[in-house]
Amino acid sequence: MSAGDVAWVLTASALVLFMTPGLALFYGGMVRSKNVLNMLMKNFFTISIVTVVWVLFGYTLAFGTDAAGVVGGLDHLGLRDVEGEALLFMVFQMMFAIITPALISGAVAERMRFGAWVLFTTLWAALVYPLVAHWGFHPEGFLFAWGVRDFAGGLVVHINAGVAALAVVFVLGPRRGFGREAIRPHSLPLTLLGTGILWLGWFGFNAGSALAADGVAVNAFVTTQIGASLAALGWVTAEWRRTGKPTTLGAASGAVAGLVAITPGAGFVTPLAAMVIGLAAGVLCFWAVSLKFRLGYDDSLDVVGVHLVGGVVGSVLLGVLASSEVNAGVTDGLLFGGSAFFLKQVVAVVVVMAFSFVASYLLARVVEATIGLRASEREEIEGLDITLHEERAYVVGE
Amino acid sequence: MKLIIAYVKPFKLEDVKLALRGLGVSGMSVGEIRGFGRQSGQTEVYRGAEYQVEFVPKSRLEVVVDDDLAEPAVEAIQGAARTGEIGDGKVIVVTVDDVLRIRTGERGGDAL
Repeated sequence: MSAGDVAWVLTASALVLFMTPGLALFYGGMVRSKNVLNMLMKNFFTISIVTVVWVLFGYTLAFGTDAAGVVGGLDHLGLRDVEGEALLFMVFQMMFAIITPALISGAVAERMRFGAWVLFTTLWAALVYPLVAHWGFHPEGFLFAWGVRDFAGGLVVHINAGVAALAVVFVLGPRRGFGREAIRPHSLPLTLLGTGILWLGWFGFNAGSALAADGVAVNAFVTTQIGASLAALGWVTAEWRRTGKPTTLGAASGAVAGLVAITPGAGFVTPLAAMVIGLAAGVLCFWAVSLKFRLGYDDSLDVVGVHLVGGVVGSVLLGVLASSEVNAGVTDGLLFGGSAFFLKQVVAVVVVMAFSFVASYLLARVVEATIGLRASEREEIEGLDITLHEERAYVVGE
Repeated sequence: MKLIIAYVKPFKLEDVKLALRGLGVSGMSVGEIRGFGRQSGQTEVYRGAEYQVEFVPKSRLEVVVDDDLAEPAVEAIQGAARTGEIGDGKVIVVTVDDVLRIRTGERGGDAL
Protein backbone atom coordinates (compact mmCIF):
# COMPACT_ATOMS: atom_id res chain seq x y z
CA MET A 1 0.00 0.00 0.00
CA SER A 2 1.14 3.54 -0.70
CA ALA A 3 1.39 6.09 2.08
CA GLY A 4 -1.76 7.67 0.65
CA ASP A 5 -3.65 4.38 0.90
CA VAL A 6 -2.55 3.84 4.49
CA ALA A 7 -3.50 7.40 5.42
CA TRP A 8 -6.94 7.03 3.87
CA VAL A 9 -7.74 3.69 5.49
CA LEU A 10 -6.60 4.99 8.89
CA THR A 11 -8.83 8.03 8.42
CA ALA A 12 -11.71 5.86 7.25
CA SER A 13 -11.31 3.62 10.31
CA ALA A 14 -11.71 6.63 12.59
CA LEU A 15 -14.76 7.74 10.61
CA VAL A 16 -16.37 4.31 10.99
CA LEU A 17 -15.68 4.30 14.73
CA PHE A 18 -17.43 7.67 14.98
CA MET A 19 -20.56 6.11 13.50
CA THR A 20 -21.27 4.19 16.71
CA PRO A 21 -21.61 7.28 18.96
CA GLY A 22 -23.57 8.77 16.04
CA LEU A 23 -25.86 5.75 16.08
CA ALA A 24 -26.21 6.20 19.84
CA LEU A 25 -27.56 9.73 19.30
CA PHE A 26 -29.73 8.62 16.36
CA TYR A 27 -31.35 6.01 18.60
CA GLY A 28 -31.13 8.03 21.82
CA GLY A 29 -33.32 10.80 20.43
CA MET A 30 -35.99 8.28 19.46
CA VAL A 31 -36.55 6.80 22.92
CA ARG A 32 -38.36 8.39 25.83
CA SER A 33 -36.29 10.69 28.04
CA LYS A 34 -36.29 8.14 30.88
CA ASN A 35 -34.35 5.64 28.74
CA VAL A 36 -31.93 7.78 26.73
CA LEU A 37 -28.81 7.10 28.82
CA ASN A 38 -29.42 3.37 28.65
CA MET A 39 -29.74 3.66 24.89
CA LEU A 40 -26.50 5.65 24.62
CA MET A 41 -24.68 3.21 26.88
CA LYS A 42 -25.80 0.13 24.95
CA ASN A 43 -24.05 1.64 21.93
CA PHE A 44 -21.06 3.30 23.57
CA PHE A 45 -20.16 0.31 25.74
CA THR A 46 -20.35 -1.97 22.72
CA ILE A 47 -17.20 -0.24 21.45
CA SER A 48 -15.26 -1.62 24.40
CA ILE A 49 -16.84 -5.06 24.36
CA VAL A 50 -16.27 -5.73 20.68
CA THR A 51 -12.75 -4.29 20.69
CA VAL A 52 -11.77 -6.94 23.23
CA VAL A 53 -13.61 -9.75 21.43
CA TRP A 54 -12.17 -8.76 18.04
CA VAL A 55 -8.56 -8.54 19.25
CA LEU A 56 -8.66 -11.84 21.13
CA PHE A 57 -10.44 -14.09 18.60
CA GLY A 58 -13.08 -12.31 16.49
CA TYR A 59 -10.57 -11.18 13.88
CA THR A 60 -9.03 -14.59 13.41
CA LEU A 61 -12.44 -16.31 13.16
CA ALA A 62 -13.36 -13.86 10.39
CA PHE A 63 -10.07 -13.38 8.58
CA GLY A 64 -7.77 -16.21 9.70
CA THR A 65 -6.77 -18.97 7.27
CA ASP A 66 -9.97 -20.31 5.75
CA ALA A 67 -11.48 -23.60 6.91
CA ALA A 68 -14.00 -25.05 4.44
CA GLY A 69 -15.25 -21.62 3.41
CA VAL A 70 -17.12 -21.33 6.71
CA VAL A 71 -14.77 -19.90 9.30
CA GLY A 72 -11.26 -18.51 9.77
CA GLY A 73 -8.65 -20.58 11.59
CA LEU A 74 -7.04 -19.70 14.90
CA ASP A 75 -3.71 -18.62 13.39
CA HIS A 76 -4.28 -14.95 14.35
CA LEU A 77 -5.53 -15.59 17.89
CA GLY A 78 -4.77 -12.49 19.97
CA LEU A 79 -3.57 -10.81 16.74
CA ARG A 80 -0.56 -13.13 16.47
CA ASP A 81 1.40 -12.37 13.27
CA VAL A 82 -0.94 -9.51 12.35
CA GLU A 83 1.34 -6.66 11.36
CA GLY A 84 1.63 -3.72 9.01
CA GLU A 85 -1.09 -3.70 6.35
CA ALA A 86 -2.84 -6.65 7.97
CA LEU A 87 -2.97 -4.73 11.24
CA LEU A 88 -4.48 -1.76 9.41
CA PHE A 89 -7.10 -4.03 7.80
CA MET A 90 -7.76 -5.55 11.23
CA VAL A 91 -8.56 -2.20 12.84
CA PHE A 92 -10.70 -1.06 9.88
CA GLN A 93 -12.72 -4.27 10.13
CA MET A 94 -12.90 -3.92 13.92
CA MET A 95 -15.00 -0.78 13.51
CA PHE A 96 -17.50 -2.77 11.40
CA ALA A 97 -17.60 -5.52 14.02
CA ILE A 98 -18.43 -2.83 16.61
CA ILE A 99 -21.26 -1.05 14.84
CA THR A 100 -23.01 -4.22 13.66
CA PRO A 101 -24.19 -5.46 17.07
CA ALA A 102 -24.73 -1.83 18.12
CA LEU A 103 -27.37 -1.61 15.37
CA ILE A 104 -29.38 -4.34 17.12
CA SER A 105 -29.76 -2.17 20.24
CA GLY A 106 -32.45 -0.07 18.57
CA ALA A 107 -34.81 -3.03 18.36
CA VAL A 108 -34.55 -3.95 22.03
CA ALA A 109 -34.73 -0.35 23.29
CA GLU A 110 -36.44 0.63 26.53
CA ARG A 111 -36.80 -2.84 28.04
CA MET A 112 -33.67 -5.01 27.74
CA ARG A 113 -31.47 -5.09 30.84
CA PHE A 114 -27.99 -3.69 30.45
CA GLY A 115 -26.24 -6.81 31.72
CA ALA A 116 -28.23 -8.92 29.28
CA TRP A 117 -27.13 -6.60 26.49
CA VAL A 118 -23.46 -6.96 27.49
CA LEU A 119 -23.68 -10.75 27.50
CA PHE A 120 -25.66 -10.96 24.27
CA THR A 121 -23.33 -8.56 22.45
CA THR A 122 -20.26 -10.45 23.62
CA LEU A 123 -21.66 -13.77 22.41
CA TRP A 124 -22.98 -12.32 19.15
CA ALA A 125 -19.73 -10.51 18.33
CA ALA A 126 -17.81 -13.71 19.03
CA LEU A 127 -20.02 -16.33 17.37
CA VAL A 128 -22.26 -14.73 14.73
CA TYR A 129 -20.55 -11.68 13.25
CA PRO A 130 -17.15 -13.28 12.47
CA LEU A 131 -18.78 -16.14 10.55
CA VAL A 132 -20.90 -13.92 8.33
CA ALA A 133 -17.95 -11.57 7.83
CA HIS A 134 -15.87 -14.57 6.76
CA TRP A 135 -18.50 -15.67 4.23
CA GLY A 136 -18.95 -12.25 2.69
CA PHE A 137 -15.56 -10.56 3.01
CA HIS A 138 -12.87 -13.28 3.11
CA PRO A 139 -11.68 -14.22 -0.40
CA GLU A 140 -12.21 -17.89 0.43
CA GLY A 141 -15.45 -17.43 2.37
CA PHE A 142 -18.05 -19.56 0.59
CA LEU A 143 -20.29 -16.68 -0.48
CA PHE A 144 -17.44 -14.49 -1.75
CA ALA A 145 -15.70 -17.40 -3.47
CA TRP A 146 -19.00 -18.31 -5.18
CA GLY A 147 -19.14 -14.81 -6.68
CA VAL A 148 -21.41 -13.00 -4.26
CA ARG A 149 -20.31 -9.39 -3.67
CA ASP A 150 -20.92 -7.19 -0.66
CA PHE A 151 -18.84 -4.05 -1.06
CA ALA A 152 -19.06 -2.62 2.47
CA GLY A 153 -21.48 -4.79 4.41
CA GLY A 154 -25.05 -4.95 3.13
CA LEU A 155 -25.10 -8.66 3.97
CA VAL A 156 -22.43 -8.77 6.64
CA VAL A 157 -23.52 -5.70 8.59
CA HIS A 158 -27.08 -4.63 7.81
CA ILE A 159 -28.99 -7.79 6.91
CA ASN A 160 -27.07 -9.64 9.59
CA ALA A 161 -27.95 -7.07 12.29
CA GLY A 162 -31.49 -6.51 11.02
CA VAL A 163 -32.40 -10.19 11.17
CA ALA A 164 -30.70 -10.59 14.55
CA ALA A 165 -32.80 -7.68 15.81
CA LEU A 166 -35.98 -9.46 14.71
CA ALA A 167 -34.91 -12.70 16.39
CA VAL A 168 -34.09 -11.03 19.72
CA VAL A 169 -37.36 -9.11 19.70
CA PHE A 170 -39.25 -12.39 19.37
CA VAL A 171 -37.62 -13.64 22.56
CA LEU A 172 -37.81 -10.30 24.40
CA GLY A 173 -41.41 -9.32 23.69
CA PRO A 174 -42.90 -5.87 23.18
CA ARG A 175 -42.59 -2.80 25.41
CA ARG A 176 -45.48 -2.16 27.81
CA GLY A 177 -48.10 -0.16 25.99
CA PHE A 178 -46.74 -0.95 22.52
CA GLY A 179 -49.44 -0.32 19.94
CA ARG A 180 -51.75 1.28 22.57
CA GLU A 181 -49.89 4.20 24.10
CA ALA A 182 -48.12 6.98 22.25
CA ILE A 183 -44.46 6.06 22.76
CA ARG A 184 -42.79 9.10 21.26
CA PRO A 185 -39.23 10.18 20.44
CA HIS A 186 -38.06 12.57 23.17
CA SER A 187 -35.56 14.57 21.11
CA LEU A 188 -35.58 14.57 17.33
CA PRO A 189 -32.75 17.13 17.28
CA LEU A 190 -30.50 14.45 18.84
CA THR A 191 -31.69 12.01 16.19
CA LEU A 192 -30.87 14.44 13.41
CA LEU A 193 -27.42 15.12 14.87
CA GLY A 194 -26.86 11.36 15.03
CA THR A 195 -27.98 11.05 11.42
CA GLY A 196 -25.43 13.67 10.39
CA ILE A 197 -22.65 11.82 12.20
CA LEU A 198 -23.72 8.53 10.61
CA TRP A 199 -23.77 10.13 7.16
CA LEU A 200 -20.28 11.58 7.70
CA GLY A 201 -18.93 8.31 9.05
CA TRP A 202 -20.47 6.36 6.20
CA PHE A 203 -18.02 7.93 3.78
CA GLY A 204 -15.35 6.06 5.74
CA PHE A 205 -17.49 2.93 5.84
CA ASN A 206 -18.11 2.77 2.10
CA ALA A 207 -15.24 4.66 0.46
CA GLY A 208 -12.83 3.14 3.00
CA SER A 209 -13.93 -0.33 1.89
CA ALA A 210 -11.97 0.21 -1.33
CA LEU A 211 -8.97 -0.23 1.01
CA ALA A 212 -7.10 2.24 -1.18
CA ALA A 213 -7.22 5.92 -2.09
CA ASP A 214 -8.26 5.17 -5.66
CA GLY A 215 -11.05 5.53 -8.21
CA VAL A 216 -13.19 2.83 -6.59
CA ALA A 217 -13.05 4.77 -3.30
CA VAL A 218 -14.13 7.93 -5.12
CA ASN A 219 -16.98 6.06 -6.80
CA ALA A 220 -18.12 4.66 -3.45
CA PHE A 221 -17.96 8.14 -1.90
CA VAL A 222 -20.12 9.60 -4.66
CA THR A 223 -22.70 6.79 -4.67
CA THR A 224 -22.94 7.03 -0.87
CA GLN A 225 -23.86 10.70 -1.09
CA ILE A 226 -26.40 10.00 -3.82
CA GLY A 227 -27.97 6.97 -2.12
CA ALA A 228 -28.56 8.84 1.14
CA SER A 229 -29.98 11.92 -0.56
CA LEU A 230 -32.36 10.04 -2.83
CA ALA A 231 -33.65 7.83 -0.04
CA ALA A 232 -34.40 10.84 2.17
CA LEU A 233 -36.27 12.35 -0.79
CA GLY A 234 -38.12 9.09 -1.40
CA TRP A 235 -39.12 8.54 2.22
CA VAL A 236 -40.31 12.12 2.79
CA THR A 237 -42.23 12.14 -0.49
CA ALA A 238 -43.94 8.86 0.37
CA GLU A 239 -44.97 10.00 3.85
CA TRP A 240 -46.02 13.45 2.60
CA ARG A 241 -48.40 11.74 0.21
CA ARG A 242 -49.73 9.32 2.80
CA THR A 243 -49.96 11.34 6.01
CA GLY A 244 -49.93 14.86 4.63
CA LYS A 245 -46.80 16.08 6.43
CA PRO A 246 -43.06 15.91 5.72
CA THR A 247 -41.34 14.94 8.99
CA THR A 248 -37.86 15.39 10.43
CA LEU A 249 -37.79 11.79 11.55
CA GLY A 250 -38.78 10.74 8.04
CA ALA A 251 -35.88 12.65 6.50
CA ALA A 252 -33.43 11.19 9.03
CA SER A 253 -34.77 7.66 8.61
CA GLY A 254 -34.74 7.93 4.84
CA ALA A 255 -31.13 9.11 4.78
CA VAL A 256 -30.04 6.17 6.92
CA ALA A 257 -32.08 3.72 4.82
CA GLY A 258 -30.32 5.03 1.72
CA LEU A 259 -26.89 4.73 3.34
CA VAL A 260 -27.74 1.13 4.23
CA ALA A 261 -28.97 0.28 0.76
CA ILE A 262 -26.01 1.75 -1.10
CA THR A 263 -23.53 -0.04 1.17
CA PRO A 264 -23.37 -3.39 -0.68
CA GLY A 265 -23.03 -1.73 -4.08
CA ALA A 266 -21.19 1.52 -3.36
CA GLY A 267 -18.03 0.50 -5.24
CA PHE A 268 -19.84 -1.53 -7.90
CA VAL A 269 -22.54 0.74 -9.36
CA THR A 270 -22.71 4.02 -11.27
CA PRO A 271 -23.99 7.28 -9.79
CA LEU A 272 -27.25 6.92 -11.75
CA ALA A 273 -27.74 3.38 -10.45
CA ALA A 274 -27.18 4.77 -6.93
CA MET A 275 -30.13 7.11 -7.53
CA VAL A 276 -32.34 4.13 -8.28
CA ILE A 277 -31.12 2.22 -5.23
CA GLY A 278 -31.57 5.23 -2.95
CA LEU A 279 -35.05 6.06 -4.16
CA ALA A 280 -36.18 2.43 -3.90
CA ALA A 281 -34.79 2.17 -0.37
CA GLY A 282 -36.52 5.36 0.76
CA VAL A 283 -39.94 4.28 -0.44
CA LEU A 284 -39.68 0.60 0.49
CA CYS A 285 -38.26 1.22 3.97
CA PHE A 286 -41.02 3.75 4.68
CA TRP A 287 -43.50 1.02 3.81
CA ALA A 288 -41.58 -1.57 5.84
CA VAL A 289 -41.61 0.34 9.14
CA SER A 290 -45.39 -0.02 9.30
CA LEU A 291 -45.13 -3.83 9.22
CA LYS A 292 -44.39 -4.10 12.92
CA PHE A 293 -47.80 -2.70 13.80
CA ARG A 294 -49.56 -5.01 11.38
CA LEU A 295 -47.58 -8.08 12.42
CA GLY A 296 -47.37 -7.14 16.11
CA TYR A 297 -43.63 -7.33 16.88
CA ASP A 298 -42.06 -4.40 18.71
CA ASP A 299 -38.90 -3.62 16.74
CA SER A 300 -38.79 -0.39 18.69
CA LEU A 301 -36.62 1.84 16.51
CA ASP A 302 -37.16 0.00 13.20
CA VAL A 303 -33.91 -1.90 12.84
CA VAL A 304 -35.79 -4.40 10.68
CA GLY A 305 -37.58 -1.80 8.58
CA VAL A 306 -34.44 0.25 7.94
CA HIS A 307 -31.43 -2.09 8.15
CA LEU A 308 -32.84 -5.45 7.12
CA VAL A 309 -35.11 -4.14 4.40
CA GLY A 310 -32.57 -1.52 3.27
CA GLY A 311 -29.87 -4.18 3.19
CA VAL A 312 -32.04 -6.55 1.16
CA VAL A 313 -33.02 -3.78 -1.28
CA GLY A 314 -29.37 -2.83 -1.78
CA SER A 315 -28.03 -6.38 -2.04
CA VAL A 316 -30.71 -7.52 -4.50
CA LEU A 317 -30.54 -4.33 -6.59
CA LEU A 318 -26.77 -4.80 -6.75
CA GLY A 319 -27.62 -8.04 -8.52
CA VAL A 320 -29.46 -5.93 -11.07
CA LEU A 321 -27.22 -2.86 -11.37
CA ALA A 322 -23.65 -4.12 -10.75
CA SER A 323 -21.30 -2.95 -13.49
CA SER A 324 -17.94 -4.52 -14.28
CA GLU A 325 -17.04 -1.25 -15.98
CA VAL A 326 -17.24 0.54 -12.63
CA ASN A 327 -15.25 -2.17 -10.89
CA ALA A 328 -13.56 -5.17 -12.50
CA GLY A 329 -14.01 -7.05 -9.20
CA VAL A 330 -17.72 -7.61 -9.81
CA THR A 331 -19.76 -9.53 -12.36
CA ASP A 332 -22.34 -7.64 -14.43
CA GLY A 333 -25.85 -7.49 -12.96
CA LEU A 334 -29.17 -8.43 -14.54
CA LEU A 335 -29.41 -5.11 -16.39
CA PHE A 336 -26.15 -5.84 -18.19
CA GLY A 337 -26.98 -9.46 -18.94
CA GLY A 338 -25.69 -11.17 -15.78
CA SER A 339 -28.56 -13.30 -14.50
CA ALA A 340 -26.29 -15.71 -12.60
CA PHE A 341 -24.92 -12.92 -10.41
CA PHE A 342 -28.44 -11.73 -9.61
CA LEU A 343 -29.46 -15.19 -8.41
CA LYS A 344 -26.32 -15.51 -6.30
CA GLN A 345 -27.12 -12.22 -4.57
CA VAL A 346 -30.65 -13.43 -3.78
CA VAL A 347 -29.38 -16.75 -2.43
CA ALA A 348 -26.80 -14.96 -0.30
CA VAL A 349 -29.52 -12.77 1.23
CA VAL A 350 -31.54 -15.87 2.15
CA VAL A 351 -28.53 -17.73 3.54
CA VAL A 352 -27.43 -14.86 5.78
CA MET A 353 -30.99 -14.21 6.95
CA ALA A 354 -31.56 -17.87 7.85
CA PHE A 355 -28.26 -18.30 9.69
CA SER A 356 -28.35 -15.02 11.57
CA PHE A 357 -31.96 -15.47 12.62
CA VAL A 358 -31.45 -18.95 14.05
CA ALA A 359 -28.11 -18.18 15.69
CA SER A 360 -29.32 -14.90 17.20
CA TYR A 361 -32.54 -16.48 18.42
CA LEU A 362 -30.60 -19.23 20.18
CA LEU A 363 -28.18 -16.74 21.76
CA ALA A 364 -31.08 -14.64 23.02
CA ARG A 365 -32.62 -17.79 24.53
CA VAL A 366 -29.32 -18.61 26.23
CA VAL A 367 -29.15 -15.13 27.77
CA GLU A 368 -32.77 -15.37 28.85
CA ALA A 369 -32.22 -18.76 30.46
CA THR A 370 -29.07 -17.68 32.33
CA ILE A 371 -29.33 -14.06 33.51
CA GLY A 372 -32.67 -12.95 32.03
CA LEU A 373 -33.23 -10.51 29.18
CA ARG A 374 -35.88 -8.18 30.36
CA ALA A 375 -36.06 -5.33 32.82
CA SER A 376 -38.67 -5.70 35.57
CA GLU A 377 -42.06 -4.01 35.32
CA ARG A 378 -40.96 -1.34 37.80
CA GLU A 379 -37.69 -0.69 35.95
CA GLU A 380 -39.49 -0.36 32.65
CA ILE A 381 -42.12 2.03 33.98
CA GLU A 382 -39.76 4.21 36.02
CA GLY A 383 -37.22 4.20 33.21
CA LEU A 384 -33.98 2.30 32.68
CA ASP A 385 -31.78 5.37 33.29
CA ILE A 386 -32.60 5.81 36.95
CA THR A 387 -33.21 2.13 37.78
CA LEU A 388 -30.30 0.48 35.93
CA HIS A 389 -27.75 3.29 35.87
CA GLU A 390 -28.80 5.59 38.75
CA GLU A 391 -28.48 8.62 36.48
CA ARG A 392 -30.80 11.07 34.80
CA ALA A 393 -30.16 12.54 31.36
CA TYR A 394 -31.89 15.83 32.02
CA VAL A 395 -31.72 17.45 35.43
CA VAL A 396 -33.83 20.58 35.42
CA GLY A 397 -34.73 23.16 38.02
CA GLU A 398 -31.36 23.34 39.80
CA MET B 1 -60.75 38.70 46.67
CA LYS B 2 -60.83 36.16 43.90
CA LEU B 3 -58.30 33.61 42.69
CA ILE B 4 -58.53 33.32 38.93
CA ILE B 5 -57.08 30.18 37.39
CA ALA B 6 -56.89 30.25 33.59
CA TYR B 7 -55.92 27.38 31.30
CA VAL B 8 -54.91 28.85 27.95
CA LYS B 9 -53.09 27.95 24.78
CA PRO B 10 -49.36 28.54 25.39
CA PHE B 11 -48.99 30.87 22.42
CA LYS B 12 -51.74 33.11 23.89
CA LEU B 13 -50.05 33.49 27.27
CA GLU B 14 -48.20 36.67 26.36
CA ASP B 15 -51.38 38.36 25.14
CA VAL B 16 -53.19 37.35 28.33
CA LYS B 17 -50.39 38.73 30.49
CA LEU B 18 -50.45 42.06 28.63
CA ALA B 19 -54.24 42.32 28.93
CA LEU B 20 -54.12 41.68 32.70
CA ARG B 21 -51.30 44.13 33.20
CA GLY B 22 -53.37 46.67 31.29
CA LEU B 23 -56.01 46.33 34.03
CA GLY B 24 -53.42 47.08 36.71
CA VAL B 25 -52.89 43.52 37.91
CA SER B 26 -49.58 43.61 39.74
CA GLY B 27 -48.50 39.98 39.79
CA MET B 28 -49.28 36.53 38.51
CA SER B 29 -47.90 33.00 38.37
CA VAL B 30 -47.72 30.76 35.32
CA GLY B 31 -46.83 27.14 34.74
CA GLU B 32 -46.39 24.91 31.75
CA ILE B 33 -48.75 22.00 32.16
CA ARG B 34 -50.27 19.23 30.06
CA GLY B 35 -53.90 18.35 29.93
CA PHE B 36 -57.00 17.81 27.86
CA GLY B 37 -60.62 18.85 27.77
CA ARG B 38 -63.03 18.66 24.86
CA GLN B 39 -60.08 19.02 22.50
CA SER B 40 -59.09 15.53 23.75
CA GLY B 41 -55.55 15.63 22.46
CA GLN B 42 -53.85 15.95 19.15
CA THR B 43 -52.42 13.65 16.49
CA GLU B 44 -48.68 13.17 16.07
CA VAL B 45 -47.07 11.06 13.34
CA TYR B 46 -43.76 9.24 13.72
CA ARG B 47 -42.48 7.12 10.82
CA GLY B 48 -45.97 6.99 9.38
CA ALA B 49 -47.58 5.75 12.61
CA GLU B 50 -50.24 8.08 13.97
CA TYR B 51 -50.51 8.54 17.72
CA GLN B 52 -53.32 10.25 19.60
CA VAL B 53 -51.56 12.28 22.27
CA GLU B 54 -54.15 13.09 24.95
CA PHE B 55 -52.18 15.42 27.19
CA VAL B 56 -51.33 18.47 25.15
CA PRO B 57 -49.25 21.42 26.35
CA LYS B 58 -51.20 24.25 28.01
CA SER B 59 -50.33 27.22 30.16
CA ARG B 60 -51.91 27.66 33.57
CA LEU B 61 -52.05 31.19 34.92
CA GLU B 62 -52.99 32.10 38.49
CA VAL B 63 -53.79 35.59 39.66
CA VAL B 64 -55.46 36.97 42.79
CA VAL B 65 -57.43 40.22 42.41
CA ASP B 66 -59.81 42.39 44.39
CA ASP B 67 -63.49 41.58 43.92
CA ASP B 68 -64.20 44.59 41.72
CA LEU B 69 -61.40 43.62 39.34
CA ALA B 70 -62.45 39.97 39.02
CA GLU B 71 -65.02 40.33 36.25
CA PRO B 72 -62.90 42.69 34.10
CA ALA B 73 -59.96 40.29 34.53
CA VAL B 74 -62.00 37.28 33.45
CA GLU B 75 -63.23 39.18 30.39
CA ALA B 76 -59.70 40.34 29.59
CA ILE B 77 -58.46 36.75 29.71
CA GLN B 78 -61.22 35.57 27.42
CA GLY B 79 -60.62 38.45 25.05
CA ALA B 80 -56.91 37.73 24.81
CA ALA B 81 -56.97 33.93 24.79
CA ARG B 82 -59.88 33.24 22.46
CA THR B 83 -59.19 31.89 18.98
CA GLY B 84 -62.65 30.40 18.48
CA GLU B 85 -61.23 26.93 18.00
CA ILE B 86 -61.69 23.95 20.25
CA GLY B 87 -59.02 23.84 22.96
CA ASP B 88 -58.99 27.53 23.85
CA GLY B 89 -59.12 26.62 27.54
CA LYS B 90 -61.04 27.49 30.72
CA VAL B 91 -61.16 30.19 33.36
CA ILE B 92 -61.98 29.26 36.96
CA VAL B 93 -62.82 31.83 39.65
CA VAL B 94 -62.46 30.93 43.34
CA THR B 95 -63.23 33.03 46.40
CA VAL B 96 -60.13 33.71 48.51
CA ASP B 97 -60.26 33.91 52.32
CA ASP B 98 -57.02 35.77 52.92
CA VAL B 99 -53.61 36.68 51.52
CA LEU B 100 -50.34 37.29 53.39
CA ARG B 101 -47.30 39.12 52.06
CA ILE B 102 -44.46 37.18 53.67
CA ARG B 103 -41.93 40.06 53.82
CA THR B 104 -44.12 42.65 55.53
CA GLY B 105 -46.92 40.69 57.11
CA GLU B 106 -49.59 42.71 55.27
CA ARG B 107 -52.92 40.88 54.96
CA GLY B 108 -55.85 40.83 52.54
CA GLY B 109 -56.07 43.36 49.71
CA ASP B 110 -53.00 45.22 50.96
CA ALA B 111 -50.92 42.12 50.28
CA LEU B 112 -51.81 41.96 46.59
